Amino acid sequence: MIIDGKAIVYNRDNINTDEIIPARYLSTSDPDQLASHCMEDLDKEFLKTKKALAAEIMVTGSNMGCGSSREHAPIAIKHAGIKAVVAPSYARIFFRNAINTGLAIFECKDPAFYKGVKHGDGLKIDADGGFIENMTAGKKYPIQKIPTFLQEIIGVGGLVPYAKALAKKTR
Amino acid sequence: MGSNWFNKEPTLADLKIKEPILHLMLCIGDEWMGMTIAEKILADKCGKASIVPGEFVLASVDVALANDITAPLAIKTFDQIGIDKVFDETKIALVLDHFTPNKDIASAEQSKLVREFARKHKIVQFWDTGRVGVEHCLLPEQGIVAPGDLVIGADSHTCTYGALGAFATGMGSTDLGVAFALGKAWFKVPETIKFVYSGKLRPWVSGKDLILHTISKVGVDGANYMVMEFTGPAIDELDMAGRFTMCNMAIEAGGKAGIVNPDAKTEEYVKGSVSRKYKLYKSDPDAVYAGTIEIDCNKLEPQVSFPHLPSNARPISEVAAMKIPVDQVVIGSCTNGRIEDLRIAASIMKGRKVHEGVRCIVLPGTQQVSLDAMKEGLFEIFLSANCAVTTPTCGPCLGGHSGILARGEKALSTTNRNFIGRMGDTTSEIYLASPAIAAATALAGHICSPDDIGAKAKGTTAKRRGTP
Repeated sequence: MIIDGKAIVYNRDNINTDEIIPARYLSTSDPDQLASHCMEDLDKEFLKTKKALAAEIMVTGSNMGCGSSREHAPIAIKHAGIKAVVAPSYARIFFRNAINTGLAIFECKDPAFYKGVKHGDGLKIDADGGFIENMTAGKKYPIQKIPTFLQEIIGVGGLVPYAKALAKKTR
Repeated sequence: MGSNWFNKEPTLADLKIKEPILHLMLCIGDEWMGMTIAEKILADKCGKASIVPGEFVLASVDVALANDITAPLAIKTFDQIGIDKVFDETKIALVLDHFTPNKDIASAEQSKLVREFARKHKIVQFWDTGRVGVEHCLLPEQGIVAPGDLVIGADSHTCTYGALGAFATGMGSTDLGVAFALGKAWFKVPETIKFVYSGKLRPWVSGKDLILHTISKVGVDGANYMVMEFTGPAIDELDMAGRFTMCNMAIEAGGKAGIVNPDAKTEEYVKGSVSRKYKLYKSDPDAVYAGTIEIDCNKLEPQVSFPHLPSNARPISEVAAMKIPVDQVVIGSCTNGRIEDLRIAASIMKGRKVHEGVRCIVLPGTQQVSLDAMKEGLFEIFLSANCAVTTPTCGPCLGGHSGILARGEKALSTTNRNFIGRMGDTTSEIYLASPAIAAATALAGHICSPDDIGAKAKGTTAKRRGTP
């Protein structure tokens, strides 16, 4: 799998789900409505900036997505037009929610990547090759391989198709 | 593996086995391999004799929980799977507690959707306004969760039930929708960190202070993907309410679960409420831990976590000196909304008045907590002190309703998160603390200890209060 696009960068640790999608908007589960408030409490200009940069890959600090179990967070990011997220680490529930809902997320532990990356940089993620390339800077950095079990879920298109297949086997 | 059988066998320590031989034995037969309580529960629920951290397993769940915010998405997932019947209508809990009594039309529509699903599938544990409580206060109180259970909930504070000796963890709505259909969920078997709390708790120090201090030690991602096992003499002394508070906030250190080995207090708690069979699991003495963290409670003061992370905890003596004024105090939530919490707050507020610059909101955790509080005269104390007492709801904790903060306002709250904008405007600030600190702060108008306003801790003598 190869994903490429321009970067939107929030180099801050512990970005939480209240910042990604504030609870005051949780009276709906409509993806487009959620997307219209994406990252609002972290950066009110997120959608404008994202549009101006034509960005599709979000880069953040460590423990990305900590806090609540709301799946509305990866859904809001995905439907705001973000194809992939890159961070040094993720909070556990956000990680599984992203996998389950089909938001591509990657762990890059190399501090040099975060030091160099800026808004609008061209990024290319090679999931199988295990690296991310900052094409603007002309540098490559390693990313973590996705465990086989999770590849199976991602491979069939998320947890729902996986469960459908499982349902046929078990019921 | 039958853990009862196992516990009767001599331990490896008893046998005085030397390290290299022990290693060999661990490799030969898994009957010899010590396991933590969390590993034992997970192993049993996926039908294996033993499991190791890092392994991915598909396990059967005993309770699958969702609320009015997360259930609508779970129901959507359930519908997509294309099965017409839920896996077990007695093992699903649907609790309408977040934006209820419904605050607006959109949230009323969400509740309606859940209500209709519950009726269609004859969900036994469906809890609606008038019967509902804050989910993590309600489920243990009603005996819906039992020791040894594997519980998943589309709510991050599902880890609360670890206090009962259950493995309980928060997940997303898609996981729950799948569990509604199949009764199963996938897990990466977590490592466990052992926390040992030694010494004796000082007056006013509660489970909340222990957990805030712990999070400040390990950080908000210090236990990411790991189980936090709370042990030691101070945990043995702690009542069930305090243990629920501690396990509730395991997620604030990134924990997958918080857990306490069940003891006589656990059995006493579930005796009157749980009517089905349950199993008491305990960690083996030779269980393998990712690490052990020791905390001496003898000198630990009540803690206050500063904006905007639960890990920013500081001792009350340092905080009180700063005389930080607050606009609002919230007492309640799944963290501190139990009758024991209200009793402590009421004991401090009795015969006094909330500071004129403060709005103090008391949120009893469940209908039963409200009834008990009424019978014990606690409501009279709160109302006479000029507190607003509400119906059970998550309400202001997540900035939903019933106590939202305006620009620049400060709140001290017994809830679990003080993230930017959590309770209202993004310029507002939240300090986290125990019910005792909250009550004293409401009276004084600035953050302080009950000692600072001359309140006396129950069962303490002047001599003990004077010792450091």
